[in-house]
Amino acid sequence: MDAPVRLQTPLDNAAVEALRSGQRILLSGIVYTARDAAHKRLVAAIEAGDPLPLPLEGQVIYYVGPTPPRPGHVIGAAGPTTSYRMDPYAPALIARGLKAMISKGARGSAVKEAMRTFKAVYLAAIGGAGALMARSVRAAEMVAYPDLGTEAIRRLVVADMPLIVVNDVHGGDLYVEGSAAYRLPFPSPEKRLTSLPPV
Amino acid sequence: MRTIETVKIVETVRDLVMRAAVELGDDVLAALARAKAVEPSPTGAEILERLIENAAIARHERIPICQDTGMAVVFVTLGQEVHIAGGSLKEAIHEGVRRGYADGYLRMSVCDPLTRRNTGDNTPAVIHIDLVQGAELRLDVALKGFGSENMSRVTMLPPSAGIEGARDFVVERVAEAGPNPCPPGIVGVGLGGTMEMAAILAKKALLRPLGASHPDPRIGRLETEWRERINCLGIGPQGLGGRTTCLAVHIDAMPTHIASIPVAVNIQCHASRHLSADL
Repeated sequence: MDAPVRLQTPLDNAAVEALRSGQRILLSGIVYTARDAAHKRLVAAIEAGDPLPLPLEGQVIYYVGPTPPRPGHVIGAAGPTTSYRMDPYAPALIARGLKAMISKGARGSAVKEAMRTFKAVYLAAIGGAGALMARSVRAAEMVAYPDLGTEAIRRLVVADMPLIVVNDVHGGDLYVEGSAAYRLPFPSPEKRLTSLPPV
Repeated sequence: MRTIETVKIVETVRDLVMRAAVELGDDVLAALARAKAVEPSPTGAEILERLIENAAIARHERIPICQDTGMAVVFVTLGQEVHIAGGSLKEAIHEGVRRGYADGYLRMSVCDPLTRRNTGDNTPAVIHIDLVQGAELRLDVALKGFGSENMSRVTMLPPSAGIEGARDFVVERVAEAGPNPCPPGIVGVGLGGTMEMAAILAKKALLRPLGASHPDPRIGRLETEWRERINCLGIGPQGLGGRTTCLAVHIDAMPTHIASIPVAVNIQCHASRHLSADL
């Protein structure tokens, strides 16, 4: 595997155009948290012509609802939530300059098209590794919608957050490419196919 | 008649919730290590290593394994010779969940289905009570995350579909779910009964120690074959490609009606958080 690429926010078109699906990256800088309820409010604000509580141009949104921090910690567990639920809202944010989304799980065709058209990428964090992902978070600050609790928008300062490029701006899709590379017919000619001993 | 005080139930549920959120079971850790040893995808093997590392951080620092600390599902096995004293059994369970989520710094993820307003304390828990002979009280507490729960489905197949139809439904469900439920995990399957019973069987199958096959060898063989078929899909760890798409298939079955094959698929991610206690 190639060494990970270091990436610093904010991101411009040149930075995201250089990324390719399958690349590992270490992201540092500012990311904003938002998941289901916050996305609904953001898009409602856009439709109403109201100001948004966060900048979008060149920014990164992380789909996460963290656990409360223990005393002395900046955040609790903070792994990604599944992305398809944000698909109805994401194209409107991408069209307004959002450059990257961090999450896990497959995106719909409208989101992929918006990513190609407006130059944005989709980055996978490791789902289910909430304690590990939290180690990249150096600071967390409430930005908007505190009434939403875990779903509020927070501004995170991250350092060397380990991510993998899933969708690039050139049409690359690691979910499609990766599973195609390892798909086998059944029964498989391979002996040691699965991870557990036979029953 | 044996008397059990509700305060004891509250304390036990609180403790199980708090420990389950941060302590990944040895059965899951062993399965992840075995998977890593045979995973041909370098990215897949690295992800499996990260999940093992994550479990160690969670256990030592008491930070949840996953930020989705779930909705609490509590299976109660209650002997009919037991008298619950000091209040309501169900309220004691809810109170234990309330305290466990607050004291463990866990996420409050339960909300009203109409208003989406968060209930604020992760209650209510989902409670299943099985009344049995004797004087036992067993509590199985599972913290069910919804990344994988959302990928679960129930269908009612015609008998003509056969067991092959059930198999194809399960394998295709995992294929369609793809990266969404954070593979690799455990595929719980309920076969037979009625619609709701199939779903309960599927969820109960997830409580079995990972990799322990069904005592009925006919079902055990299905578990092995379906697991291998799923691992041929190529989805791999986190859906990024590989041969470890599921760690195990667990099937539970019961007789059904002559008109149907109810099949439920309840997907569980690797963060299979459940603990039990006998009171």
